[in-house]
Amino acid sequence: MRRYFTRKVLTYMLAFFVGVTIDWAIPHMMPGDPVQLYLSNFNLKPAGYAALYKTMSQAFGTNLPLWEQYLHYWKGLLTGNWGISFWDFPAQVSTLIFQALPYTLALLVPAIVLSYIVGNRLGAAAARRKMLDNTVLPMGYVFQAIPYPWLALALPFLLGAVWHVFPISGGYDPGLIPAFSWTFISSLLYHWFLPFLTVFLVSLGGWAIGMRNLVIYELENDSSRYLRALGASERVVRRYAYRSASLPQLSGLALALGIVVGGNIVTEYAFSYPGLGHLIFEAISNQDYFLLQGIFIFIIIGVLVANFVIDIVYVTVDPRTRLSMQGASA
Amino acid sequence: MSETLSGSTPAERAGEAGPAPVTTPAAGTTMAAGSASPHRGGDLLYYALHNKKLVFGVSLEALLVLVAILGPIIAPHNMTDYFASNQPPSAQHWLGTDNLGHDLFAEVVSGMRVSYLVGAIGALCAAFVGMALGFTAGWRGGMLDEILQMITNIVVMMPALVLLIVIGAYLKTRGITFEGTFIGLITWPWVARAVRAQTFTLKSREFVDLARLSGKRGFSIVVREIAPNMASYLFLVVVLLFGSSMLLAANFDFLGLGPTTGTSLGNIMNQSTLWSALQLHYWWWFLPPGLLLTGMVAALLIANVGLDEVFNPKLREQ
Repeated sequence: MRRYFTRKVLTYMLAFFVGVTIDWAIPHMMPGDPVQLYLSNFNLKPAGYAALYKTMSQAFGTNLPLWEQYLHYWKGLLTGNWGISFWDFPAQVSTLIFQALPYTLALLVPAIVLSYIVGNRLGAAAARRKMLDNTVLPMGYVFQAIPYPWLALALPFLLGAVWHVFPISGGYDPGLIPAFSWTFISSLLYHWFLPFLTVFLVSLGGWAIGMRNLVIYELENDSSRYLRALGASERVVRRYAYRSASLPQLSGLALALGIVVGGNIVTEYAFSYPGLGHLIFEAISNQDYFLLQGIFIFIIIGVLVANFVIDIVYVTVDPRTRLSMQGASA
Repeated sequence: MSETLSGSTPAERAGEAGPAPVTTPAAGTTMAAGSASPHRGGDLLYYALHNKKLVFGVSLEALLVLVAILGPIIAPHNMTDYFASNQPPSAQHWLGTDNLGHDLFAEVVSGMRVSYLVGAIGALCAAFVGMALGFTAGWRGGMLDEILQMITNIVVMMPALVLLIVIGAYLKTRGITFEGTFIGLITWPWVARAVRAQTFTLKSREFVDLARLSGKRGFSIVVREIAPNMASYLFLVVVLLFGSSMLLAANFDFLGLGPTTGTSLGNIMNQSTLWSALQLHYWWWFLPPGLLLTGMVAALLIANVGLDEVFNPKLREQ
């Protein structure tokens, strides 16, 4: 067991190193020059341009050889200095990220957790019950098959453009200044609802169908037969089946929460919601190396931590896996 | 099922880099297919024809494919012709016209072709890479498995959208093949994980031991003994990937990163947002393409469950 964990920790550290390197390399492979792009915002004379270009390249370190930029990147990463954004010039990358992070978390975490709870309950209830199965299942497929962009158009169209119940874009009323006041918070909630609903709905079907299939499988399992043979009521058998079936679902939840820190680009694009996904989109279109790298670190850590948690949960919680794991690594 | 991560992550689907096959087929399929009777082919056909879900899903899908194939022929207008712009649906223009005055019915039916094509290319690519790596990792195990797992993790956390933009920036045009291949190359980890987990469980079965004792080489054991026993499972995974590739492509297209050399369903929705169709109540511009895509994917999913029941006696309704 200890050997297993040492090996896991080592591979995860290696994955972190490779991931960080790739995320540094990708923006640098983009054709074009971020300093040039930034300066094109101003109406400069050639001489002034040349001088400014030199200063800016020095300030951002883009005039250095690539390997030196790479070392600087690691140094900054480990000392917590993630650099300054090109796109929103004097702003620190970390400031921008921590401004956007609350929006993304407040939007995605409730949507994912709620859809997980509701979906699992629905799916488990539907398994091997003809009436429910014939209604929940087809609905689940339709929800699963909906292309997300379409939902992000159709719901705002109905609830926003036609019935005027909810606003169709933005994180809060553009006339307000973010503050800790009731007007601002109510405006936040009001704008939060539609994006929340779309993410919730689009995730629901997958959890429900996954749970249904898993519970059916568990109900046919020998352990369930044994319970029935002992005279346990159907309710008890189902409860145990639900518990065994939760494990794969839980790993899915961990993974979904792991990538939450990357934001949800499509949702935030469709609703002009000021979260991390929106930030990524801006960073890409403005070749903002430092901002992109900063957000990527979040995603890498999120995914790795989630995977690691899943590995640990599986080995410690499920005796079956513990056995097969030892068999597999032997 | 497996030790790690073979569950579905539907929440990821709404997300940007969410290459998630919609659901993994119910576990146990493999075992069922392995212990079938000699009359298996006939039995399967019997169950297939009597499975309502399968028959419904396949018929709906066939109908939609037919529309995609015949659409451009039966469409009364050409996609590139110009008419009065922003017209609501009428007898003249079945789905109205867009801001440039293109007939939307003609655009939508050709968009269906593009979506099907991208989905098929994506699923085949992912299946190929995923099977190659999954079988290797599962069969060899040990350090090689650990390294392949690491590569899988790296691909999963790769910022797919950013990568798409960077690669796209080097190409003069982004075609349909490019989008399909790209989707395949970011979704294969889901196949690889499933195949690896199944290989692990099958590896310790008696018939594999027997093959090993008889001196067969590893490659031929995988191809002759292990792969056929998960053929039905693999087939289901590929069908699911087909659907999820189409959905993923719609996400890319919606962000304006889709093929530049053709009109896809996601492309039409992207254009409609760019021209504020939502605010202007031009519903005929963005509702039909998404509805059709929903139908295309839902039919696949329903057929898939039917197939799952046909292959796996445990799931058949009692």
